[in-house]
Amino acid sequence: MNINEKNLVSGVRISKPNREEQRAVKVSAQAVNVHYGDKQALTNVSLNIYKGMVTSLIGPSGCGKSTFLRCLNRMNDVIDGCRVSGEILLDGEDIYDRHMDVVSLRARVGMVFQKPNPFPKSIYDNVAYGPRIHHLTSSKEELDEVVRTSLQRAGLLDEVRDRMEAPGTALSGGQQQRLCIARAIAVDPEIVLMDEPCSALDPIATARIEELIDELSENYTIIIVTHSMQQAARVSDVTAFFHLGEIVEVGDTEEIFRAPSDERTKAYITGRIG
Amino acid sequence: MIEKMTISDTATKVEKSLKKRRRAQWRHRQYGILAISLGMFALLALLVSVLGRGLPAFQQAVLNLEIKTDAASLGVESLEDKKLFNTANFQLPIRLALRGLFPQARSRFERRSLNKLVSTGAGFKLREILKSNPSLLGKTFRVEVPASDDVSAYIKGTVKSNSDGKAGKLNRQQVKWTDTLLEEGSLKLVFNSSFFRTADSREPELAGILGAIVGSALSLLVCLVISFPIGVLAAIHLEEFARPSKITDFIEVNINNLAAVPSIVFGLLGLAVFLNWFGMPRSAPLVGGLVLSLMTLPTIIIAARAALKSVPVSIRDAALAVGASPLQACFHHVVPLAMPGMLTGSILGMARALGETAPLLMIGMVAFIADVPSGITDPATALPVQVYLWADSPERAFAEKTAAAILVLLVFLLIMNLTAIILRKKFEVRY
Repeated sequence: MNINEKNLVSGVRISKPNREEQRAVKVSAQAVNVHYGDKQALTNVSLNIYKGMVTSLIGPSGCGKSTFLRCLNRMNDVIDGCRVSGEILLDGEDIYDRHMDVVSLRARVGMVFQKPNPFPKSIYDNVAYGPRIHHLTSSKEELDEVVRTSLQRAGLLDEVRDRMEAPGTALSGGQQQRLCIARAIAVDPEIVLMDEPCSALDPIATARIEELIDELSENYTIIIVTHSMQQAARVSDVTAFFHLGEIVEVGDTEEIFRAPSDERTKAYITGRIG
Repeated sequence: MIEKMTISDTATKVEKSLKKRRRAQWRHRQYGILAISLGMFALLALLVSVLGRGLPAFQQAVLNLEIKTDAASLGVESLEDKKLFNTANFQLPIRLALRGLFPQARSRFERRSLNKLVSTGAGFKLREILKSNPSLLGKTFRVEVPASDDVSAYIKGTVKSNSDGKAGKLNRQQVKWTDTLLEEGSLKLVFNSSFFRTADSREPELAGILGAIVGSALSLLVCLVISFPIGVLAAIHLEEFARPSKITDFIEVNINNLAAVPSIVFGLLGLAVFLNWFGMPRSAPLVGGLVLSLMTLPTIIIAARAALKSVPVSIRDAALAVGASPLQACFHHVVPLAMPGMLTGSILGMARALGETAPLLMIGMVAFIADVPSGITDPATALPVQVYLWADSPERAFAEKTAAAILVLLVFLLIMNLTAIILRKKFEVRY
């Protein structure tokens, strides 16, 4: 990690320079508005998510960052009275189009939640669930292989190799969260959404997950909501600052943390608001 | 300095108020203990009273008699007669055997008194023995036949002989004979196994509970088969799939109201719809089960919805987020997790249905049925209705039968509740 003394937050990750030139838009959100009943949660949010990059969404509680994240795999659909307007394009396809199937969308856009939520089933079944329902594998051996690679990628395989049949809920919090990550990547999504994945974990487990995010960013486009500015600085290439349902500032993480152009961003990053 | 003073000041104030709080806590604890003790005492009193009254019913007085089964004793011309089992008087050889024991009883009155020592069902028993074992016909053998309910009551001590030697309905002579038979050992108390093998009867010593048990079991089976799937599916739809709207609100209010409707109203509904409109058989467990399932449905729906609601949203989210369809998320994850709660709710609903009397009265399951039902369309009665029927009977011996039937009912309720607990534990261990 490079530590730049000018940064307002120490340990900012420097965006990989080779990516800067060849940024490809993976998700493009244009003028997204979200209402919960009469309450407006997001106002005119426009944001580009680049392929193969880690984008972090930061901002004070209730600023709409989780709402925005849940728009990207349409998890807001299950919330009563939630209305989404505007346009969100995934590889140029409108995900709120009538012809878009939510099931296939969610197979392409995986999600990891704030609280580790493994199924009360065995570790194996947790990871195998996605491939099973989508019929991704044709044989038991193939499924075993998928489960093993997913656990390997989530950095959990060595810890659970001998107890694949043990219940997933018996693991520690950090292990559970990595299990959830393994479950999400088992269906080989293009994008992984992470909604404050470390907020329920201790610092050591958090460091482990952050390392993991770094490794996963090789293969997946990752969008992470976080309350910790240090975390955003450490893991992300691009940072978007949300405030009161609007995007105040978006930019390379380095930029945002070194020289925020907006006063509110600066105030939040230095801990004066939030 | 000032700060220190404030702290000690707070401490003394807290100390003061603490005494009061501790006293309040102690007092409320005592209230709680008192309430529980009262409840336990009431339960104990009920159990002791029911057990005290009901246990004697599980014993029965039997007479061990040497019986001659020749043609003359059976009152027929010849034992070869094909219609023998329809024409013969099987009570007669028993009476003759009794007369043989007490030859001094000569007058009509004395003989009639003597006959009354033995149950009118004794002949049936002899007939059954001979029918299943025709080689005994014409022979002389010892057999145990039930004594009358009055003799039973006297031996058990439920009625005591008074100053002029009478005991309940037994006259002085009968009491003397009973005492003699007891001394000889040909009259004794045995376990009343026929109570669990027969259906209702006008004679208390012959009346059994099996008819009611089978009737209840068949009704509950029908009730379970109908109300569990419908209730659970309705709950799943309302809880997981239906979008909240005025209609679902209306349905919800109505389900909650239905759960509070007096059960006799369901009985009347069953009478009007199932019997009068659909023309289903009267007194049948089929209709009983249908009526009970109407009554149990709201309970099951409410319990199942509560069980579904208690499944954490995070599980649903997890399933949806990996791309499970709502149906898959529901049946792969939510329903299995809610199943223990649904089962418990359903079994408790069933237990309530088992104890229900009023709706069954309305559809005719209160009729006097002397046969054990063999199917769901046979006329039958149910356990609580049997309690009601026996409690209403004038013969003294039915009082203990009533208590015994209550005991059987309680045992069944206990078994059902235990099943609920065991199923719950078992399913919870699976996860």
